[in-house]
Amino acid sequence: MRGQPSLCDVLAPLNLDEALALRAAHPEARPLAGGTDLMVPFAAGRLPDRLFLNLWGLEELRGITVSDGEVTFGALTLFREIAAHPLFQREFPNLVRSAKATGALAIQSRGSLGGNIANGSPAADTPPSLLVYGAELELTSLRGSRWVPYADFHTGYKRSLLAPDELITRIRVPRPRAGGFHYFRKVGTRQAQAISKVSLAAWARTGNGHIQELRIALGSVAPMPIRARGAEKALLGRSGASLPLDAALEALQADISPIDDLRSSARFRRKVAGNLLADMLRGLALV
Amino acid sequence: MSISKILLKLTVNGIARQIYVHPMARLLDVIREDFGLTGTKEGCGEGECGACSVILDGMLVNACLVPAVQAQGSTLRTVESLAGVDLSPLQEAFLHHGGAQCGFCTPGMLVAGTHLLETNAVQDEAGAREGLAGNLCRCTGYVKIVDALLATREGRP
Ligand SMILES: Cc1cc2nc3c(=O)[nH]c(=O)nc-3n(C[C@H](O)[C@H](O)[C@H](O)COP(=O)(O)OP(=O)(O)OC[C@H]3O[C@@H](n4cnc5c(N)ncnc54)[C@H](O)[C@@H]3O)c2cc1C
Ligand code: FES
Ligand code: FES
Repeated sequence: MRGQPSLCDVLAPLNLDEALALRAAHPEARPLAGGTDLMVPFAAGRLPDRLFLNLWGLEELRGITVSDGEVTFGALTLFREIAAHPLFQREFPNLVRSAKATGALAIQSRGSLGGNIANGSPAADTPPSLLVYGAELELTSLRGSRWVPYADFHTGYKRSLLAPDELITRIRVPRPRAGGFHYFRKVGTRQAQAISKVSLAAWARTGNGHIQELRIALGSVAPMPIRARGAEKALLGRSGASLPLDAALEALQADISPIDDLRSSARFRRKVAGNLLADMLRGLALV
Repeated sequence: MSISKILLKLTVNGIARQIYVHPMARLLDVIREDFGLTGTKEGCGEGECGACSVILDGMLVNACLVPAVQAQGSTLRTVESLAGVDLSPLQEAFLHHGGAQCGFCTPGMLVAGTHLLETNAVQDEAGAREGLAGNLCRCTGYVKIVDALLATREGRP
C-alpha cells in the first residue's frame, strides 16, 4: 500500500453536533462515510488529505423515515438498506435498481447514499434516479440547516453547493403516485462492480394516453449527473401512440456533453445515450 | 505532525482483542500484520476482487476499504473462523467440487459464500452468481465454486 496511515489523523465525533463543530473548526478534514470511494485513492497514495472526519458512527445520519408524502433517508443510508426495503421496490424501483447496480454486495454494505452524492462523480449510479424522483438534500452546519433541490446541487465537475462547514445530513424524496412508469438502465463493461459508461433513469406519469409528467436523467454524459430537459420538453404532453422519437433523440444530443476518457469515448456515449432513450420510450409507449 | 495511535478494541473470531494502530490503517493490514491472520488476502487493494472479504458486524465487507477507526467496538470474523475441528460444510464442498485451484481467491470466496448461506441470500444459481459477483477468480471459471455453494445450501455432497 502506498497510502501513509502514519501521517493521517481522524477526528471521531460521537454525535452530529460534535461533528458539525469539528467540521467548522477543521474545514480541511475530509468527511469519511463508508470509505468505498475514499479508501481507493487513499491506499494508492493519491489522496492529498491528512485529516479525516469520521461520520460512520453517527446515528443521526442513519435510518429511513417514511411519511405519507415522502421518504427521508439519512445520509449514511447504505445501498444494501435501500435494496432490501419492500416499499421502495414498489414506489422507487429505479432507486432500488441503481442501488443494486452499485458495486457488489460488499460495496453495498458500506457505500452510502450521501457518499454517492457528495463524491460528485458524473458516473455515480443513484444520482439519475434521485433526479427523476425530484429529491432534495438537507445541508447542515453549525449555522443551521437548509433544503436544496438535488437538481441544483452539482454545479460542475466535482463542484457543488456544499459549503466547507456543511455536511449532507438527509435526502428527501416525494413518494410518486401509484401507476407511474419507471426506467433505469446502466451500461458498463460488466454487470457487477463496473462503473457506468452511460446510465439513464426516467419517471413518467401518463393519462388519457398522453405523457402528463416526465423526468429523464443521465449519468456519465456530462461533468455531473444531469436532467435531459430538452428531451423531456420534446416528449411532454405527447401521445404514447405517436411519440416524436427523432425530435427527442435530437434534443437529447443537445442536452448531453460527453467526453472521451479511460472508460469510453464521447461518440460511443452519444450513441448509447440515444439507444437508452429509445429503449425507454419503447417501454413508455406500451403503458 | 506526529500522529498518535488509537486503542482499537474488537472481537476477532470470538476472542476479545485490543491493539494500538493508526486510525487510517486498513483493517486488512491490521488483520494480517497485527493479528497475524494471513488467511485474508490482498488482491487488488481497491474493492474489486473480494480476496480480502471478512464479516464485520454481520456484514460482508472488503477489509482493504475499511479504515481501522471504523472497526472500533466491532465483531470481526475472518476465514480462520470457518473450520472448527472439522472443515465447515462449505469448505468440504469446495474440496469435493474442486472449487479451489491456485487458491488465492478461496478465503474470500469461502467468507462471502458463508455469509450468503447464513443470511439465506441464495435461492438459485443466478442468486449465487449475483452474491459472489464481488469475488473474482482467475482459475476456476466459477462453475465449481457456484456448484459448491449450491450443494452446501441444499445439504448434498
Ligand atoms: C469496487 C467498487 C465498485 C464501485 N461501484 C460503484 C458503482 O457501480 N456505482 C457507483 O455509483 N459507485 C460505485 N462505487 C463508488 C462508491 O461505492 C459509491 O460512490 C459510494 O456511494 C460512496 O459512499 P461512501 O459512504 O463509501 O463514501 P466515502 O468514500 O466515505 O466518501 C465519498 C465522498 O463523499 C464525501 N462525503 C461522504 N458523506 C458525506 C456527507 N454526509 N456530507 C458531506 N460529504 C460527504 C467524502 O468526503 C468523500 O469526498 C464503487 C466503489 C468501489 C470501491
Ligand atoms: S484486496 Fe480488497 S477487494 Fe481486492
Ligand atoms: S482459484 Fe485461483 S483465483 Fe480462484
